[in-house]
Amino acid sequence: MLLFFLIPLLSGLIVSLETGNPVSGYTLTWNWHIYSQLFVHSDIPYTTFFLRSLYYGVATTILSILIAYPMAFYIAFRVSDRWKSPLILLVLLSFFVSFVIRTDMWSFVLAQQGFVITGLRDLHIVGKNFHILGSSSAVIGGDIYNNLAFMVLPIYVALERIDRRILEAARDLYSNGRQVFFRVVLPLSRAGIFAGVLLVFITTVGDPVNSALLGGVGTYTIGQAIQDSYLTNQQFNVAAALSTVLMVILGIIMFAYARIFGTENLENLV
Amino acid sequence: MSNVTHRPPRQRNSPWLAIFFWVVMGITFVPIVVMMLYSFNNAPTSRITFAWNGFTTYWYRNLTQVNGLTHAFLISLEVAVLSSIISVVVGTPVAIALGRFRFWGKGLISGIVFADIAAPAIVVGAASLSFFLSINLNTGLLTILIAHVAFNIAYVVVVVRARLSGMDSAIEDAARDLGANAWTTFTKVTLPLIWPGLLAAGLLAFAMSVDDYVITSFIAGSSVTFPLFVYGAAKVGLPPQVLCFGTLIFLVGLIVALANGALSRRHLAARAATEDQIVSAIVAG
Repeated sequence: MLLFFLIPLLSGLIVSLETGNPVSGYTLTWNWHIYSQLFVHSDIPYTTFFLRSLYYGVATTILSILIAYPMAFYIAFRVSDRWKSPLILLVLLSFFVSFVIRTDMWSFVLAQQGFVITGLRDLHIVGKNFHILGSSSAVIGGDIYNNLAFMVLPIYVALERIDRRILEAARDLYSNGRQVFFRVVLPLSRAGIFAGVLLVFITTVGDPVNSALLGGVGTYTIGQAIQDSYLTNQQFNVAAALSTVLMVILGIIMFAYARIFGTENLENLV
Repeated sequence: MSNVTHRPPRQRNSPWLAIFFWVVMGITFVPIVVMMLYSFNNAPTSRITFAWNGFTTYWYRNLTQVNGLTHAFLISLEVAVLSSIISVVVGTPVAIALGRFRFWGKGLISGIVFADIAAPAIVVGAASLSFFLSINLNTGLLTILIAHVAFNIAYVVVVVRARLSGMDSAIEDAARDLGANAWTTFTKVTLPLIWPGLLAAGLLAFAMSVDDYVITSFIAGSSVTFPLFVYGAAKVGLPPQVLCFGTLIFLVGLIVALANGALSRRHLAARAATEDQIVSAIVAG
């Protein structure tokens, strides 16, 4: 693992410092200027792609928490033990469909001739030019859909670990439902939210698939940029530099997040 | 009796939570239902169409008709089987070392396992390609296998370690006290106890490998796996057979998951099994 995980990360840094072109090959010249070239005087707005990806990541993460928390809460506190495993399996059901197929099914369903848009148009709810695909909302929606379970499960595990007697105690001390939730349940499930944020945010920021299949020209992300500069344009040094920057940015954000909302229970959860 | 009357009145649970849960679940089922439905659509062309033209099993009967699709599927199966076996064989000793012994560099290895799971796939893919380029290894089936083993080991380590931590190490101590050497202890005591964990880890690794698009896209060279084929085809419209394959994979995966759930439940208390499934599910990120 050391060989095939850590060393590749370092070699990514090295390749970013090489210069050359796809035809004659690349040699190592310690070209640190590549970093300033890409972000300061660049024809291609890589900074925009980075900011857009981070925006998708933040939006997806926040909306996922808002959707996943009530779902996890429902499974943990509102159904009998017998039904918990089946409901968890239902939450995971989408994962039994290949990632690319299930994402492309959304682009099929939401296409201009697909039944959602034609239905809305026939009911005169939306105008002729209404479209979903190609927009940032479509990409964020796809990201939420593909990552929702990664938010539901850690929150569910955290909620499930809360000792029910603490809730009884809070009620005995005359807390109302709202107080029990905000002063007892929510703080005790913080570690679950933390793990979910980690999984969802990192996956979303680097993802090239949702923006490619559900987005358009205005939703080009850094994930697509890295993929295209490697595979289409064969600018190995550019791609390596972009992915190194992405790794560093995510590392800094996650480290800062861990320091601010610090959680000791992360090791137990993951 | 008296303590019941002393308690403040409980609030009635509102139905909104249940409604919300089932509405969201319903939305997430849309792609599954559409995939299954349209795999039976009697489409006039060899690309999926929006119009419903009647029910047919034609695409299932002609499953292998699409150029390259079956081959891609077989490559995915091959890589998944090999990479899950290799990663269980390599990952289990790592998990046991991390779970049972103290040694120099333990924190570093835990950190690498965590980073391997947390790192975005796009960075892992790009870095792997950089690495293979710098050691002049041509990308293809071998590099796909290496990369899949590399990311699967981390999942295996986490799942097996979770199983180990739920197991009392006093049992192993007892075996040693009774005169068993390290090897006998491992084969007669540890291995039978962690066996369900190894199976779960292997299944998770298989699923991760079969479904990986992002990392594989970088290091596949001219090889085409099932997700790569689907991604390429998605741009021009999927052949209906892709939906048939998707439906079959879905059903097989579901059956295996249910069977595995039933199996672990026989071996352990139901609660422990659920926790294990959840841990595997979480690390699937």
